[in-house]
Amino acid sequence: MEKINGSQAIIRCLQEEGVKIIFGFPGGAIIDLFDALMDSDITNVLVRHEQGAVHAADGLARVTGEVGVALLTSGPGATNGVTAIATAYSDSIPMVILTGQVPTALIGNDAFQEVDIVGITRPCTKHNYLVKDAKDLVPTLREAFHIARTGRPGPVLVDLPKDVVAKMIDFPEKKPIRMQTYQPNYEPHQGQIEKACKKILKAKNPVLYVGGGVILSNAHEELTELARKLNIPVTMTLMGLGGFPGSDPLSMGMLGMHGSYAANMAVANSDLLIAVGARFDDRVTGRLDAFAPHATIIHIDIDPTSISKNVKVDIPIVADCKFALTAMNTWFNTSSDFNREQVAASHEPWRATIDGWALKHPMTYIDEGEIIKPQFVIQKLDELTHGDAIITTEVGQNQMWAAQFYKFNRPRQWATSGGLGTMGYGLPAAIGAKMAFPDKTVVDVAGDGSIQMNIQELATARQYNCPVKVVILNNNYLGMVRQWQELFYNKRYAGTVMDITPDFVMLAQAYGAVGLRATKTSEVEAVLKEALATDNTVIMDFVIAREECVFPMVPAGKATTEMLLV
Amino acid sequence: MKHTISVLLQNKPGVLSRVTGLFSGRGFNIESLSVAETLDSSISCLTLVTRGDEAIIEQITKQLHKLIDVIKVTDIGDSEYVEREMVLIRVKAEAQTRAEVLRVIDIFRGKVVDVSPKSYAVEVTGSTSKVQAIIDILKPIGIQEIVRTGTIAMARASKK
Repeated sequence: MEKINGSQAIIRCLQEEGVKIIFGFPGGAIIDLFDALMDSDITNVLVRHEQGAVHAADGLARVTGEVGVALLTSGPGATNGVTAIATAYSDSIPMVILTGQVPTALIGNDAFQEVDIVGITRPCTKHNYLVKDAKDLVPTLREAFHIARTGRPGPVLVDLPKDVVAKMIDFPEKKPIRMQTYQPNYEPHQGQIEKACKKILKAKNPVLYVGGGVILSNAHEELTELARKLNIPVTMTLMGLGGFPGSDPLSMGMLGMHGSYAANMAVANSDLLIAVGARFDDRVTGRLDAFAPHATIIHIDIDPTSISKNVKVDIPIVADCKFALTAMNTWFNTSSDFNREQVAASHEPWRATIDGWALKHPMTYIDEGEIIKPQFVIQKLDELTHGDAIITTEVGQNQMWAAQFYKFNRPRQWATSGGLGTMGYGLPAAIGAKMAFPDKTVVDVAGDGSIQMNIQELATARQYNCPVKVVILNNNYLGMVRQWQELFYNKRYAGTVMDITPDFVMLAQAYGAVGLRATKTSEVEAVLKEALATDNTVIMDFVIAREECVFPMVPAGKATTEMLLV
Repeated sequence: MKHTISVLLQNKPGVLSRVTGLFSGRGFNIESLSVAETLDSSISCLTLVTRGDEAIIEQITKQLHKLIDVIKVTDIGDSEYVEREMVLIRVKAEAQTRAEVLRVIDIFRGKVVDVSPKSYAVEVTGSTSKVQAIIDILKPIGIQEIVRTGTIAMARASKK
């Protein structure tokens, strides 16, 4: 066997796994790997902050379905990445994060730029490793990718001491990975499938409640087939948007805290809730005892810990969503009990009720003439991009308006920090998405607060000729917290007023990007059109109605039927 | 409800902190925990005693199983089992109480493992309730120090 050094072996592992782009920031402990990268065909994107590297890899992973890879140095390099690792963990995003570490002889000695990153990231990674012996490098890397992309995906961190990656080693041949302790279950239990299908046939008011698992398992087609075959209305979580076409008449849009009136009413009045790859998050359920109180609950999830964690489940199906939905479709296609026309017709009264709710309280806002409404900006963006752009977001009001008013019709065109709610996610994630799909329009929907959390990545976008577009919905507030203060804290705007915000047009120019601004509703379309037609990174500063709130809103701890409406 | 859970896991650095981190991070409680190698030195057996209703115990066993290094999780209480704990007790033993202490130790089938002019160190093995009983009885005489191992447990073999 030919001898190569540890760094070269790692790069070869990355190539084996099909990695084309990695995002990183160097430092003393990881120079060897950066050095080896120079001789490979892998594009190495130099970010401006390690959080940006991991978010960018995460953005790439979400839009492609591949494993995102980030390369950080030891100590502060690694800790700077932690927020982004936790972000990916919360949303089950497949990633491998490689961190440099001080030489093994110095570990535990409080060496320069030493931190126990394996200890720190233990609760926010799917698994992590410290490689102490060079002969373990290749098997560990292979195992890391295997764990990251299989089962319920997630980030895996591999900590690489400087002396270990410098050693000469043999590069072992790749064999199928079989781990004694890790064998995720993909195939559903046929008995449970049959039980679930029979239950579905008996339901009068069924609802499909769809989460990010449908997107992670690429099950959107199977889901769409099931919903249409049985004429069952569909609602999606924030993570599930795009898992079912948003413009389909069966779509009720998002549910939960800022979900549509129709979706929340439908869930509350359903007699059968079919949860697919969703985890009954508190932002979805509101007050637990009032969540879907009349419904039998079927829950499909690949992670057994998700089942009956928050809500007691009647028919659990531990399986990959794609496998389970395929099995259900097959059951209906072959069952003599199933009469498609009859079932579809039997759900028509239920659909009419839901349409009534949607008509009574549609997703809407109050037009205020030339004062720019953020919802209008998103609607225009949807229209001008034909609903086909890749949208990333920051976190807060901007994120909710994007979720409510952009019609996501396909999976993997939406990247947002759902579980952790990480401000500063959107811009680096947009860069990751754009690097993966240079021909797609990629737009980060941002607020003036959150964009400043990773604004430095504008330089990355410029350096790699990555013309992402940033829509800033600028209200000089930390708008979502301000909204809570307006509604529940007697309008005491403690720590939410951003008196000084940079001039985003000049800021864009300072980075060599293009800056545009709209202060009136009549200017919105022209600004969006110009930005979309510009072959450069663009920041659009939309000066919006300052105290606009996101509605509907279910106050925290209330039942989802207790919505505050426009 | 008290549950005794047995966990087989890979004997690797950091594995124990994965388990304890899981418990502290998710707010599960650990009453006792003991861990050591099995016959196969690459595998450790961890016995832990915890409390919780059915839903919590279900989450605990599932979450443990989700850890990549965990091989097998058994809620031992689901079947017949034997459990043992050992305690070392240093109890005051002066002229007027020596005989009484020895009598108590004898009743509990304990052993004196260290003697000094003013104290005995006693070893007692048994179920948690037996261990607790001798502690309660010796307390009025004057316990100076105790060290308990925590429970270890094993399911009974099938009678068939």
